[in-house]
Amino acid sequence: MRNRSLLILTTAVTAGALTLTACGSRDDKGGDSSGEGGGVTVTIGLDAPLTGELSALGLGIKNSADLAVKTANKKQYVKGVTFKLETLDDQAQPSAGQQNATKLVADKTVLGVVGPLNSGVAESMQKVFDDAKLVQVSPANTNPALSQGPNWASGDKKRGYKSYFRTATTDAIQGPFAAQYVFNDAKKTKAFIIDDKKTYGAGLAGTFKGEWEKLGGKTVGTQHIDPDTKDFSAVATQVKNSGADVVYYGGEYPAAGPLAKQIKEAGAKVTVVGGDALFSPEYVKLAGATAAEGDFATSVGAPIETLASAKEFLANYKAENYKEAFEAYGGYSYDSTWSIIEAVKKVVDGNGGKLPDDARAKVVEALQGVSFEGVTGSVAFDEFGDTTNKQLTVYQVKNGAFAPVKSDSFGE
Amino acid sequence: MNELPQQLVNGLLLGSMYGLVAVGYTMVYGIVQLINFAHGEIFMTGGFGALTVWLILPGGTSMWVALPLMIIGAVIVATTIAVGAERFAYRPLRGGPRLAPLITAIGLSLALQYAVWVWYPEAKSARTFPQIPGGPIELGPVTIQTGDVFLVIAAPVCMAFLAFFVMRTRTGRGMQATAQDPDTAKLMGVNTDRIIVIAFALGAIFAAVGAVAYGLKYGVVDYKMGFLLGLKAFTAAVLGGIGNIYGAMIGGLVLGVAETMATAYVDQIPGMEQLGGQSWANVWAFVLLIVVLLARPQGLLGERVADRA
Repeated sequence: MRNRSLLILTTAVTAGALTLTACGSRDDKGGDSSGEGGGVTVTIGLDAPLTGELSALGLGIKNSADLAVKTANKKQYVKGVTFKLETLDDQAQPSAGQQNATKLVADKTVLGVVGPLNSGVAESMQKVFDDAKLVQVSPANTNPALSQGPNWASGDKKRGYKSYFRTATTDAIQGPFAAQYVFNDAKKTKAFIIDDKKTYGAGLAGTFKGEWEKLGGKTVGTQHIDPDTKDFSAVATQVKNSGADVVYYGGEYPAAGPLAKQIKEAGAKVTVVGGDALFSPEYVKLAGATAAEGDFATSVGAPIETLASAKEFLANYKAENYKEAFEAYGGYSYDSTWSIIEAVKKVVDGNGGKLPDDARAKVVEALQGVSFEGVTGSVAFDEFGDTTNKQLTVYQVKNGAFAPVKSDSFGE
Repeated sequence: MNELPQQLVNGLLLGSMYGLVAVGYTMVYGIVQLINFAHGEIFMTGGFGALTVWLILPGGTSMWVALPLMIIGAVIVATTIAVGAERFAYRPLRGGPRLAPLITAIGLSLALQYAVWVWYPEAKSARTFPQIPGGPIELGPVTIQTGDVFLVIAAPVCMAFLAFFVMRTRTGRGMQATAQDPDTAKLMGVNTDRIIVIAFALGAIFAAVGAVAYGLKYGVVDYKMGFLLGLKAFTAAVLGGIGNIYGAMIGGLVLGVAETMATAYVDQIPGMEQLGGQSWANVWAFVLLIVVLLARPQGLLGERVADRA
């Protein structure tokens, strides 16, 4: 009898482990865009979740990077160099991301990598890239620790990896920006703060809470959820009974949608507010248009549609007839890719029109000094590899779709 | 405001869903001693079956017309897959080493997940499920969502039906006989192959009803929804005493309530703030399982039977 229970337990555990690890990596050969023209081929790697729950964002990143590569090849932007995009899928999982990173490092033609989407995935890739001196530019990572070290919050900022850059604004300003908007403009006073305990979500919730309490807002409750389940009824009941008028959620839309739906159905009169990972039509779809109405999400940069510099991007994106929308990070992905192209151009021009032998290390150096007018405004990097662009925008769900309500440069 | 009654209801609702799925695990285990790990995926395909019916129906069809059709669709899809799995994946291995069908079940589980992921339109992200119109029902301190009403009605009805079927019908008694001793049952004229197919089919029907309840409750179905829920339902079946159909339901309810209570109250115990919250609910649910199995290895309602060699 005892043996049988043991057997059941072991099988349950092994089965669970097996099924989890089975979600490995899968290559995607769809993003290749080999151009014409002689000379050397430089590969730009791309890593993003192209399948799974976050694939809507990932595919937007992929298409936009593809567009940048195509544009550079069409214009012959770097003489004698043809760019090629190598697309890999990380399924939003750190383990898969690291495998992809190793793969890209092994390919000697790869001189730069765009991605990933998730801060947690970036953590697993940074060291692999840094050891190989391969430059990585993320269009979407917002966790400050990635560039400023684990002790950034206490002011002890230290750059861990010289090869890591990003075009997205960090949570260190995104969380506080949301807190200021919710407190000053939306006039809410009692917040219930929820996060999913992931690198991104917990970081965002933490920075929101800090600024919120500094402003004088009250925190009436906190919860940490497991984003893999869909039953948040217990949390919803807590939110309702806490008397909160706003829920801040640090996490991503696949859990945020059902969470918002259940909180509102439980009868809580709250507005749900979140970061850039909520800023997707998928959020409205999962929460239901009526439940999501009035909710806020902050996102990095100004709305692309309003930027003059983005007109060309929008037109070209349309002309390419991509199946998926460019989503929240399309512009950043284009700029990330373009910054690598600029760096390669600098290296090639500085070496008499040829790629030097230690091209990877040279590209890392060159990228630090890159500065150009991109889709999302001027693109340049500070001493940590973070973008110098501190523009953020608050979006609100109106008639079932996110619409910008306030765009501002964050003042520290 | 005292939130205990509401939290209890939340837990019971979650638990009823675990219970509906757990019945499938427990019935198959009781009869062929196979842990059918693909059962969570049979649950998932039921959800997509119901969704397909909704998509085929002309737009604007009333939910009251659509819902019965969706349940039928879910049942047909789930039962077909379960019976097919039994016929082509498990039956050829019957009599083989016991690990062989177990590994097959794990493989089948992955195959079904990714078949839906690849071939079902737009199933790469979650698909929205139609909702029952109307506002929540207030009963004193407790609120029940319209989406949950289905679960409140379906779970007891299904259980009553199952109890009647197993205890009162000829086939049901054949099931009991097969569970007790398949060889003797065969000698007494019970068609055990047929009984096994019926056990798989019944499990699939319950899973299909559970899947419709899931869709109505959470508003979405996705290709991964059966994995974690299947694991929880299996846990519920073990907790209640695997092989016992009432045990499965009780185990489900206990597990659901335990998770909800852990989410709501553990972090309010002084010194336990770090171990509370929904992200720790699974940990507490499994702690409960271990404690129960230490005290009663056969589960809450399991019987002490000699293990068949």
